[in-house]
Amino acid sequence: MRFRLTEDQRALRDGVRALLARRFDRAALRAAVDRPGRLDRALWRELGAAGFFALRLSEADGGVGLGLPETVLAFEEAGRVLLPGPLVATHLAAGRVPGAAEGETVVTAVDGGGLVEWLTAADVVCGAADGAVPLRSVDPLTPLHRLPGGSAAVDPVAVLLTAAEQLGTATRACELAVQHARAREQFGQPIGAFQAVKHLCAELLVRVEVARAAVYAAAVTADPADIAAARLLADEAAVRGARDCLQVHGGMGFTWEADVHLLLKRAWLRTRRAGGGTESEELLAADLLSRAAR
Amino acid sequence: MDLADSPEDAEFRARLREWLGKALPALPPKPSPDDWPGRRAYDLGWQRTLYDAGYADVHWQASPGVRLIFLEETERAGAPYVGAGFVGLLHAGPTIAAEGTAGQRARWLPPILRGEEVWCQGFSEPGAGSDLAALRTRAWRDGDDYVVSGSKIWTSHAEVADWCELLVRTDPEAPKHRGITWLAMPMDAPGITVRPLRTLAGSAEFAEVFLDEVRVPVGHRVGEENDGWRVTMVTLSFERGTAFVGEVVACRRVLGELAVEARRNGRWDDPALRRRLGGLNAEFRALWRLTQWNVSEAEAAGGLPGIGGSVFKLRYSQARQDLYDTAADVLGDASLDTDRPWVHDRLSSLSYTIAAGTSQIQRNIVAERILGLPKGR
Ligand SMILES: Cc1cc2nc3c(=O)[nH]c(=O)nc-3n(C[C@H](O)[C@H](O)[C@H](O)COP(=O)(O)OP(=O)(O)OC[C@H]3O[C@@H](n4cnc5c(N)ncnc54)[C@H](O)[C@@H]3O)c2cc1C
Repeated sequence: MRFRLTEDQRALRDGVRALLARRFDRAALRAAVDRPGRLDRALWRELGAAGFFALRLSEADGGVGLGLPETVLAFEEAGRVLLPGPLVATHLAAGRVPGAAEGETVVTAVDGGGLVEWLTAADVVCGAADGAVPLRSVDPLTPLHRLPGGSAAVDPVAVLLTAAEQLGTATRACELAVQHARAREQFGQPIGAFQAVKHLCAELLVRVEVARAAVYAAAVTADPADIAAARLLADEAAVRGARDCLQVHGGMGFTWEADVHLLLKRAWLRTRRAGGGTESEELLAADLLSRAAR
Repeated sequence: MDLADSPEDAEFRARLREWLGKALPALPPKPSPDDWPGRRAYDLGWQRTLYDAGYADVHWQASPGVRLIFLEETERAGAPYVGAGFVGLLHAGPTIAAEGTAGQRARWLPPILRGEEVWCQGFSEPGAGSDLAALRTRAWRDGDDYVVSGSKIWTSHAEVADWCELLVRTDPEAPKHRGITWLAMPMDAPGITVRPLRTLAGSAEFAEVFLDEVRVPVGHRVGEENDGWRVTMVTLSFERGTAFVGEVVACRRVLGELAVEARRNGRWDDPALRRRLGGLNAEFRALWRLTQWNVSEAEAAGGLPGIGGSVFKLRYSQARQDLYDTAADVLGDASLDTDRPWVHDRLSSLSYTIAAGTSQIQRNIVAERILGLPKGR
């Protein structure tokens, strides 16, 4: 057992992080908020060229030939900067929909729960989206449609990659909370010296680290119960993390200008993917009985 | 990232499993929880069995990964836990191994490994709990002895211990962390009075220890005089590192039993309860993975468990309490009957957020030492 990142995995993560820092910094994030519904096609192609969508395609098929663990690391980085777009659907379409792997074709999918992200901007939709009705999406960076019926089969890999994005967002929430707690002063000292604030930050980190272990392990085993567990813990880390981060920011946290609400809204949206966490809890409950029977 | 055993690990696991299959049926019956001499004999007997089979020093010599396999497999097989050997094997022993002289190692370590001597931990005092460095038990030099007076509290296993790892104040003028010394005190020395304390679970797991001019030879000092705080910190992380590994495995087994019981008594049909059980499955799976992560990181860092142990302990102690609160919901009215399984465990789970550093103290540690937030005034 050597359950830690290899040198190569570290290098891959750092590479994705550097690419995103260059191409999707905070200014780009805020610009995207100001232009709702528009996807940056040039960035999408750049991601394609870097292999983001083709990570798991074999080299024979023109892919990078890596596995789920590496893919999870890349999606974590995407979640960390709130990279917009149907990333999971396009990644899953690589090798099946022409142009998806290269980032030339933007692919979205009808989610198991009946939601469709980025329907208007996408070139290809996986699943029947006829009759989809637009919603006024709570997340300014994710346009949404909804189908009356919905509920296709859920791909566990989609659930895992969503968990990886949540993990990245949770990590970001922890970083922002700690930065603010160090910088903001009240009563003549940094608010991070107050124990109430300190303990919020500590719990943020604990949830992130527990979620990280669960997400990485699920990427290694690809076991459905591990993936369900990863999902529940990553959802918790992202949503509660963003909430606590908001609290640490005080009035600033309630503004449109601060990024905190963007973290929370995206985290909320991802919790609804694949029918919500209830499915995962039921799967894990059933798993207890089947393991006890063995 | 790799979760599979290396060939050597797999071989260690297979050999251990085979041995456990033979050794466990030969165990004597478990003594009752209130029979302290019986418990001491049982726990030491198991340690002797491990010693004879070559597994006694697995906590000290082996890599963290091997330690993990050992704890995982022994728990899975239903083998006894360290019990009364806890302080000797997981705290005082490693401290002596790291900081003691050759003579001290030769005197104290073999009896711990052979299951002949029990140690207890005399750190906490009535006035020094979370603020351990505020301890006031005094020790004066008198010839070749220290003369020790004061009192300790919450000392687990004090009644059956042969030795006590004792923190005393040797320099009351120095800043509080700098005037502390680590002593090995024989529990049969004149001047020691042990008064058992009853826990909320009804049993006497710990005690008050009163020290009235107890003479401890200077040769029983581990580390330099007034350097006891550092000596202690070297090994305190042990307690928060891998100490709970076996318990996580056990919690996962209990969770399966809870599901079966809920199915039997019909409460499984309550979706809220069922989903809580599912959520706990996620929780304990993740805690197991976090353990594997921490152990792998520790191995890469040269063996010592780091402050990642605080992150683990915070979450685990809460999860354990949630587990047994959920057990109570599975049991319904039977959760008020202390003869039922899990009810006693629910009571003892209440100590987890207090013992070995409270959750509030762990949060301070995480915030200040990992996240770098400023110390409060
Ligand atoms: C079952 C059990 C076994 C034990 N075994 C041993 C043993 O063998 N040997 C030994 O030496 N000790 C032992 N202990 C003692 C244990 O280490 C102490 O109980 C623990 O460190 C807390 O100290 P205290 O009880 O004095 O509580 P206090 O320190 O008085 O704490 C009371 C409350 O105040 C909070 N608090 C205190 N300081 C702060 C702060 N700075 N910031 C925020 N909150 C704070 C605490 O979190 C807690 O909620 C044992 C305890 C238990 C429950």
